[in-house]
Amino acid sequence: MQHIRAHVLVCAGTGCKSAGSKEVELAFQREIKAQGLADEVMVVETGCHGFCEYGPLVIVYPEGTFYSRVTAEDVPEIVESHLLKGRMVERLLYHEPMTHEMIPKYSDINFYKKQHRLVLAHCGTINPEQIEEYIAVGGYEGLGKALTLMTPEEVVEEVKKSGLRGRGGGGFPTGLKWSFAKQSVNDKKYVICNADEGDPGAFMDRSVLEGDPHKILEGMAICGYAIGADEGYIYVRAEYPLAIKRLRVAIEQAEAMGFLGENIFSSGFNFQIHIKEGAGAFVCGEETALMASIEGKRGMPRPRPPFPAVSGLWGKPTNINNVETFANVPQIIVNGADWYCQFGTEKSKGTKVFALTGKINNTGLAEVPMGITMREIIYDIGGGINNGKKFKAVQIGGPSGGCLPEELLDLPIDYDSLTAVGAMMGSGGLVVMDEDTCMVDVAKFFLNFTQSESCGKCTPCREGTKRMLEILTRITEGQGREGDIELLENMAKNIKETALCGLGQTAPNPVLSTLKYFRNEYEAHIKEKRCPAGVCEKMAVYTITDKCKGCGLCAKTCPVKAISGTLKQQHVIDQAICIKCGACMSVCPFKAITKG
Amino acid sequence: MDMVTLTINGQTVKAKKTSTVLEAARAAGIYIPTLCYHPELSHEGACRLCVVEASGARTLVASCVYPVAEGMIVETNTPKVREARKLVVELLLANHPKDCLSCQKSMDCELQTIAAELGVRKIRFAGGEMKAHTIDAGNPSLVRDQEKCILCGRCIRACSEIQGMDVYSFAGRGFHTIVSTAFEQGLEKVACTYCGQCASVCPTAAIVEKDDTDKAWAALADKTKHVVVQTAPSVRVALGEELGIPVGEIVTGKMVAALRRLGFDKVFDTNFSADLTIMEEGHEFIDRLTNGGVLPMITSCSPGWVNMIELKYPELLPHLSTAKSPQQMFGAVAKTYYAERAGIDAKDIVSVSIMPCTAKKAEAVRPEMNSSGYQDVDIVLTTRELGRMIREFGLDFASLPEEDFDSPLGKSTGASVIFGTTGGVMEAALRTVADVVTGQNLQQIEYKAVRGMETVREATLKIGDSEVKVAVVHTLKAAKAMMERVKKGETEYKFIEVMACPGGCIGGGGQPVPVDADVRRARRDALFTCDEACSLRKSHENPEIIELYSTWLGKPLGEKAHHLLHTKYNQQKRN
Repeated sequence: MQHIRAHVLVCAGTGCKSAGSKEVELAFQREIKAQGLADEVMVVETGCHGFCEYGPLVIVYPEGTFYSRVTAEDVPEIVESHLLKGRMVERLLYHEPMTHEMIPKYSDINFYKKQHRLVLAHCGTINPEQIEEYIAVGGYEGLGKALTLMTPEEVVEEVKKSGLRGRGGGGFPTGLKWSFAKQSVNDKKYVICNADEGDPGAFMDRSVLEGDPHKILEGMAICGYAIGADEGYIYVRAEYPLAIKRLRVAIEQAEAMGFLGENIFSSGFNFQIHIKEGAGAFVCGEETALMASIEGKRGMPRPRPPFPAVSGLWGKPTNINNVETFANVPQIIVNGADWYCQFGTEKSKGTKVFALTGKINNTGLAEVPMGITMREIIYDIGGGINNGKKFKAVQIGGPSGGCLPEELLDLPIDYDSLTAVGAMMGSGGLVVMDEDTCMVDVAKFFLNFTQSESCGKCTPCREGTKRMLEILTRITEGQGREGDIELLENMAKNIKETALCGLGQTAPNPVLSTLKYFRNEYEAHIKEKRCPAGVCEKMAVYTITDKCKGCGLCAKTCPVKAISGTLKQQHVIDQAICIKCGACMSVCPFKAITKG
Repeated sequence: MDMVTLTINGQTVKAKKTSTVLEAARAAGIYIPTLCYHPELSHEGACRLCVVEASGARTLVASCVYPVAEGMIVETNTPKVREARKLVVELLLANHPKDCLSCQKSMDCELQTIAAELGVRKIRFAGGEMKAHTIDAGNPSLVRDQEKCILCGRCIRACSEIQGMDVYSFAGRGFHTIVSTAFEQGLEKVACTYCGQCASVCPTAAIVEKDDTDKAWAALADKTKHVVVQTAPSVRVALGEELGIPVGEIVTGKMVAALRRLGFDKVFDTNFSADLTIMEEGHEFIDRLTNGGVLPMITSCSPGWVNMIELKYPELLPHLSTAKSPQQMFGAVAKTYYAERAGIDAKDIVSVSIMPCTAKKAEAVRPEMNSSGYQDVDIVLTTRELGRMIREFGLDFASLPEEDFDSPLGKSTGASVIFGTTGGVMEAALRTVADVVTGQNLQQIEYKAVRGMETVREATLKIGDSEVKVAVVHTLKAAKAMMERVKKGETEYKFIEVMACPGGCIGGGGQPVPVDADVRRARRDALFTCDEACSLRKSHENPEIIELYSTWLGKPLGEKAHHLLHTKYNQQKRN
């Protein structure tokens, strides 16, 4: 029997793959064979580790040595030094950004140390294309337990008791949702997994689908059993080809093993799963639009009631949950609701995966228990603000979320605390902004997103967000008017009240939260025609300071001839002519030009 | 029926458990403004104008889609509600052309009415971007101006839910969302039948009939032209609505008087040529029945329907009666028989028709429709356009005297007037066919079995010794379903009447708006009143028709009739 003494885990998540991890993997295969190690070292392609910033990632077990930013050229050295001679390749190890300390082991890295991985437990450790690996770590035990030892009522009760809430944005209690679908009497019901992850920068669902696809299939099948459905759909964006491929492989394998299909675990329960590829409309993440899209119609939300639990896909009772929600289900069934309840806060149980992006050192996916503070996420896991800049705000909850200021960094994060301060959990997007960020510009960015992704059905969202965007645009261009803030507030309030679906009702959130916490920035733009962060180009004032040596390079570069001066004397910019292009500043060899 | 009790504005209201808050409120006499809502279409809750406060709801709710519940407390008129509604209208106006004063729908525009009702006095978003589109006017019937579209989606729903044609759909996202045809092509390039139901439900001037009143004014002003006019059966029971007269009133005499005052040289009646149609179509049916012709025979008076079968069921074209529609029979006879009798050169005759229909405009310009040697019908005006001309002329319609049609194309029977309603062509045909087949003047006049408003009706009738199974269908959606059955050979019908619009011509796309089931029923009842008031109620008894055949035309289905009064149909291929 062959004895494997070492495993080389190569991340094959989308981030690492696009950074060249496939080449790294092939190089390992080649090199290991060349060195005659093929019988004792195994190369495993895994799902995402979440630390995409440092990809391609390679982890060598049994030591758990964590190599980051590995290229194919590095591979011979790793094989030679680490696998043959037992010496770590230090230059490829991870260094903490704040302390510059070298950390060889995966589990010792701050990014992972503070995390609590339930949903992502197997992402990056198992091969997602091998069902046996999933089974080896306890996969399909939950389904087996539900089907053979529990009644559907007991399954619903267990999920209710666990306190699990929808991870897709709304935070609706999952067990309660299941009970509604269960109560609906119909000979046909559906389970839908919403994998239409569309928030800019968010990729937690993709990582789970790519790294641990069977967990979703298992969660959906348990749900199907609980509510009495025999058919499920995974609605996944076509822009996630790897996730789709792995889901297809997973479905095929699960069917072959009898975890999907007819008479699962000889229980008489049948369940099949289809994949529906979405075309990338953000609004299709809204459940009624999503169902319309599966039905082949234009993805436009419809009013509720009737709720999907009563009349959903093709008019049949339907339960829709997000990827991360389903991913929580198997372990709740296996370990019980009481076990699950130990994580999180009183009203928000379990963990939440956040996609950390923006101006922090460690971007990536982080799964943390509910109730953790923003400060812990940003500074302990995220490694703080990069380039030593000052923290300004964190945008949480995707384009419909809110921007929170420094004062709220110690807020324990859960569904209700976030809503209370004008943000929302959303699907878990977390964008960190530093002092160089203009908050009006940020509000404009997110509103531009929701406006262009509006389905166009209801007036407040289609027309209202457009006018709000126009007002924000003129404010950032120095054309803000007295009364604009009040008008924005009035419109935001009315749009939240009148829009048809969640997209429209939450679209004004970034404006409202920035107005609440950064009102002075709006006022500076409108009253003083000044962008305090110096971001809004049209308001920028370029000035030549006394550092000027009079070389004349700026005057030569200026495309509109706004700069004048005698050689070897300080030059001046005519503000009336200047078009704020910044060309002078970038060519000045003496850093004599400032922007304010 | 399960009922619930709720409170609306402090008033206790009982409503069906299945009703919406809007329905409950309206039934209780409480007004809530709406735009995307239409009683005969599915409810979308899109415009958000009908928002109200409802107990238990997190936000304001759209009353047109929000179901009632026991004990619910609703407020329809709080400051919060009024502010929200005003913003909705303000937002729509901010993206809507401000040419109301010169707009075709001015005073007939729901957006204009609601803005006035809600007291929207200023638009805070002036200077913002507005949508910009080219006008789609490449067809003879309808004009689409997307800049006036408020995206209520009523046209989409009417075309799909009533007509089953699915010409329109939403396209694009956000501010750039539009109502689009396939690939944004003109209506003449897609499977549009020009039925005009979209225009009928459009709350603004985004879809309107092509206005041909200028052509009519020009003809009337031209002293070298002899301008004759015909008026379709259903116009006389709907025109009054355009001119401040209550729904369902018969205004035939006043209409004739008004047309004379507008300057038409002769005011004739499409009812006359409807009787002529029955003569030809009735004999064609008997011929098919006795000589093994293609059955079921299907009527061909409704041009929207003819477009549909040419577009979607070309293989069934042999089923269509070859008899032209009354409009086109009139046109052919006016420029031949009438021209000869009056001693006027046909080239100097301008033939105008007043129709309930937008598709009639397209029918008149079909290349086959020139058997007189000229275009048989020159100008087609809808009921709405005639209403506008009468207003423009400054006539006090209500005080006009009742006048009679001119001869020799003005006399008609009760059979012809019911052409304007679903089942009417069938009944008119049966009245003549039964007499011809039995060779008797039968006592039976009314065939109530084919009357009604269900979209598909069937009846088995005894004609002479044999039993004949017939069907009556209206709306193109129902017609499509019927054609599928005919195609599969599932029916035993000998004769099928099809009309494109709901209720037939009384619900035509060129009729006054707003229109709903009650309005259509009132118009239909008025047509039957006209029928009952006629001394002659069978087409073949019309003395002018008898005279036409005996002095000039010869026999029904004869050579002259074949040339002038029959046509053939061809597959229409569009994208």
